[in-house]
Amino acid sequence: MSAPAQPHGIGTCTRCGLCQQACPTYRDWRLEADSPRGRVEIVERIAAGERPDAAMAEHLYACLGCRACETACPSGVPFGDLLEFGRREVERTGTLAPERGGWRTFRSFVFERVLPSRALFGAMMMPAKTLRHMPTLARLLRSLPMSSGARRALAMASIETPMGNGRLPAHSKAIGERRARVALFTGCVMDALFGGVNEALVRVLRSSGCDVVAPSGQWCCGALNVHAGEQRRALAMARRNIEAFERADAEAIVVDSAGCGAHMKSYGRLLEGEPAFADRAAAFAGKTVDATEYLDRIGVTMNRPPSARRVTYQDACHLAHGQKIRQAPRALLRAMPGVEFVELRDADRCCGAAGVYSLTHPAMSQRVLDEKLAKIAEAGVDTVTVTNPGCHLQLAPALAQRGVRVRHVVELVDEAIHHSSRGTAF
Amino acid sequence: MDVRFAAALEAIVGRRHALTTPQEIRAYAYDGGVDRSLPLAVVLPGSTEEVAAVVRACCERDMRFVPRGAGTGLSGGAIAAGDAIVISTARLCRILEIDAPNRIALVEPGVVNADVSAAAHPHGLRYVPDPSSMAACTIGGNIAENSGGLHCLAYGVTSAHVLGIRIVTPDGDIEWLGGKTVDTPGYDLAGVFIGSEGTLGIATQAVLALSPIPETVQTLLGIFDSTDAATAAVSAIIGRGIVPGALEMMDALATSAVEADVGAGLPTDAAALLLIDIEGLRDGLEGTVDAVASICRERGAREVRIAQDGPQRDLLWKGRKSAFGAMGRISPDYYVQDGVIPRSQLPAMLRDVAAAGTKHGLRIANVFHAGDGNLHPLILFDKQKEGEFDRALAAGADILQACVARGGSISGEHGIGLEKRDCMPLQFTPEDLSFMDRLKSAFNPDDRCNPGKIFPTGRRCGESARTAKSGTLDERTAALAGEPF
Ligand SMILES: Cc1cc2nc3c(=O)[nH]c(=O)nc-3n(C[C@H](O)[C@H](O)[C@H](O)COP(=O)(O)OP(=O)(O)OC[C@H]3O[C@@H](n4cnc5c(N)ncnc54)[C@H](O)[C@@H]3O)c2cc1C
Ligand code: SF4
Ligand code: SF4
Repeated sequence: MSAPAQPHGIGTCTRCGLCQQACPTYRDWRLEADSPRGRVEIVERIAAGERPDAAMAEHLYACLGCRACETACPSGVPFGDLLEFGRREVERTGTLAPERGGWRTFRSFVFERVLPSRALFGAMMMPAKTLRHMPTLARLLRSLPMSSGARRALAMASIETPMGNGRLPAHSKAIGERRARVALFTGCVMDALFGGVNEALVRVLRSSGCDVVAPSGQWCCGALNVHAGEQRRALAMARRNIEAFERADAEAIVVDSAGCGAHMKSYGRLLEGEPAFADRAAAFAGKTVDATEYLDRIGVTMNRPPSARRVTYQDACHLAHGQKIRQAPRALLRAMPGVEFVELRDADRCCGAAGVYSLTHPAMSQRVLDEKLAKIAEAGVDTVTVTNPGCHLQLAPALAQRGVRVRHVVELVDEAIHHSSRGTAF
Repeated sequence: MDVRFAAALEAIVGRRHALTTPQEIRAYAYDGGVDRSLPLAVVLPGSTEEVAAVVRACCERDMRFVPRGAGTGLSGGAIAAGDAIVISTARLCRILEIDAPNRIALVEPGVVNADVSAAAHPHGLRYVPDPSSMAACTIGGNIAENSGGLHCLAYGVTSAHVLGIRIVTPDGDIEWLGGKTVDTPGYDLAGVFIGSEGTLGIATQAVLALSPIPETVQTLLGIFDSTDAATAAVSAIIGRGIVPGALEMMDALATSAVEADVGAGLPTDAAALLLIDIEGLRDGLEGTVDAVASICRERGAREVRIAQDGPQRDLLWKGRKSAFGAMGRISPDYYVQDGVIPRSQLPAMLRDVAAAGTKHGLRIANVFHAGDGNLHPLILFDKQKEGEFDRALAAGADILQACVARGGSISGEHGIGLEKRDCMPLQFTPEDLSFMDRLKSAFNPDDRCNPGKIFPTGRRCGESARTAKSGTLDERTAALAGEPF
């Protein structure tokens, strides 16, 4: 078999092992093949032309993709890129264990059909929306015997999320002096389940002097696809977004989902081999900013105490490790009147959500979550803030039982500017 | 791998923790050094008793075994040389007790170095030896290598901080060496075990001495335009009777890699940097800090910076700690040397290192524990390029030879392992070596525990690593996987 095209960053790992303890799966299983170093070695073998077998695939899929190893690695190994490459090769030429038979069906359905299509995705989200309006049905479903993956999917589907009022104007004018024109990336899960966060972000941006456009034609960024080793649709999704945002002609593309932002910032690399898109993709990536990063940069005036008192912040992996952004969300929270910010111990460790991981590897995901919940309990807060929908869905069901709320940082910023203006449409 | 033996191992540690398939054991074919070799199997016992049972099973079948911690070692100590299984301590990772009044900790060997200090911190205590790899390396590995660290200049290396060790002997018995107090009567067997590189048995518990966290620390960064000036400052500081908590040096090439990694604002145009920690009681510390700063200036420092706060200090040290790994930023591979020389020889030795680089056409970065004359030249190479690895090994051998010629030693803290075993004759006579062998035989008469390590094989210094590297891994891997290669 011929060696595949060499991925970026291959050969930069010196096998020093300094990444081991950063890795949730290594800390739990204690097996080198499930450590970052072990996984890099698997990817390097694949890059050298070895055909991935079921065991190699298993190690690559047991990875949460949290990229904590990138932060720990002194050699700058781009683990996220290597993982995407490895999984892509698994899907292209490799074999999977018989127990994983369902994965390929799930994968082709979700990543090749549902996510690329706004209509199909919307239809899939209907049951979740219905469940929220029918708590009795949700309770009844929960009492049925089912696999732990399905149980988790149901728990996530039936929690309360800030869905908003579904009115996100295509253009909104800055309030007061205009300082910038920005474009909003609305996303797929954010759009369906967290519309309220997108709406809050628009209000905050307007009040901070930004004209906000929400370009039509944009759709899911494709991050979940590349994480699952799917590239063809992912490239198409990236191209579509690039085109949609070029029309918007904005200085910045603001995104409030860390996982999407990390991927959008890598569009340049994703499309570097396509002459028609390489430069445009790089320009798109260069304009992409996380909402907290942008708000911290332009400065927001927060005069009102939001509806949270003692607050902590859970670093999204793809913000802290993927985009190296740690201070911006904290600075915003610290600046809010009436808010006591407490640091969460090991805040930058994964919560176990990791995209579809909580569904494909429920047991490991649960153990990672349990560790996180214990540390949240230690912090003694009423609110945990997040910057990513996956973390929200992972944490909220368990924390709801303990009377702790999960909020997006932007929601609190919105309240601190507009005072509990949830539901107010400009 | 014999099926019955595999079944015996599984019966002891459970199926999940007895690894025999190529895909699982490949991840144990390397450590942080340059050698590569596949074990026959890997077992991860969960208790001292399981370790002993695995060792006895090995004895019954005349199988050899290699203890392994985190695999961050730099001399191939934790990889199998020849047919052997690896016994990993990864699951023996509990801190059993922090006894604050007596300032001791009882830990299992797989506990990560940094976790001991983290657990002791609430009691105002720390575990002093802090190798740069402290976020990953284990106490068992530290004991086996007698590891040093940035703060070992003032307080001593691992051997000064380990009071007792529970071991499984190479024939499967369980023994305590030393105890919970500083002086145990009779031979200092714990002292014999520390630094034995896994050849005298497997540590399964250790009693560590904890020390009070100093009241204050000040960190200075001395920036020099010549390495001679920086080394002169080092000698002057020590000569003045000042013992800094840490005294480290980096040259320009090392600084550029570190800066690419952590971005601590280090000047990449300086020829050498000194990183100095002054620790102690608040009273009187200012005076020492001023004295050190003026010594640096007298010896020609272009600038002396003092870290303003904890985060700034941490960033500077993070840079230093990441120095080895950061070589990945400027070179695909690196080969780290670990020579020790009398401090006064530092300037001359640095010239020897530079000469070795020129001779073999390779770049060499230098980071070192300047305070105790422990050099870490980092020889940069690219294993994909024909002949570069061989040249790196040759440059390494030249450097070690120069260390010995300057009255020093071929290893400060990274151990001999596989990588340097054939360099031992540079420093020891056959009589010395046979005396050491007699000690090893008292513990490990059949060379069953970590076979083939430390003692020379008869090849030339610098040759053994190459033999271990060229092909062996792939040949064995292919054989195991049943594929042609
Ligand atoms: C980036 C980097 C920086 C480093 N910096 C330093 C430094 O500053 N100072 C320093 O001294 N070293 C340093 N090292 C080297 C290395 O980290 C140390 O030698 C460390 O002590 C090895 O610990 P480990 O758990 O990784 O052991 P391993 O590599 O797994 O094993 C090392 C040796 O210990 C033996 N061993 C392991 N556990 C046991 C046990 N329970 N009983 C008996 N034998 C055992 C093994 O057989 C082997 O011979 C560095 C390494 C790297 C990669
Ligand atoms: S991405 Fe996370 S889970 Fe995967 S190897 Fe890195 S640290 Fe481990
Ligand atoms: S990924 Fe980075 S930290 Fe981990 S072994 Fe490789 S070089 Fe070292």
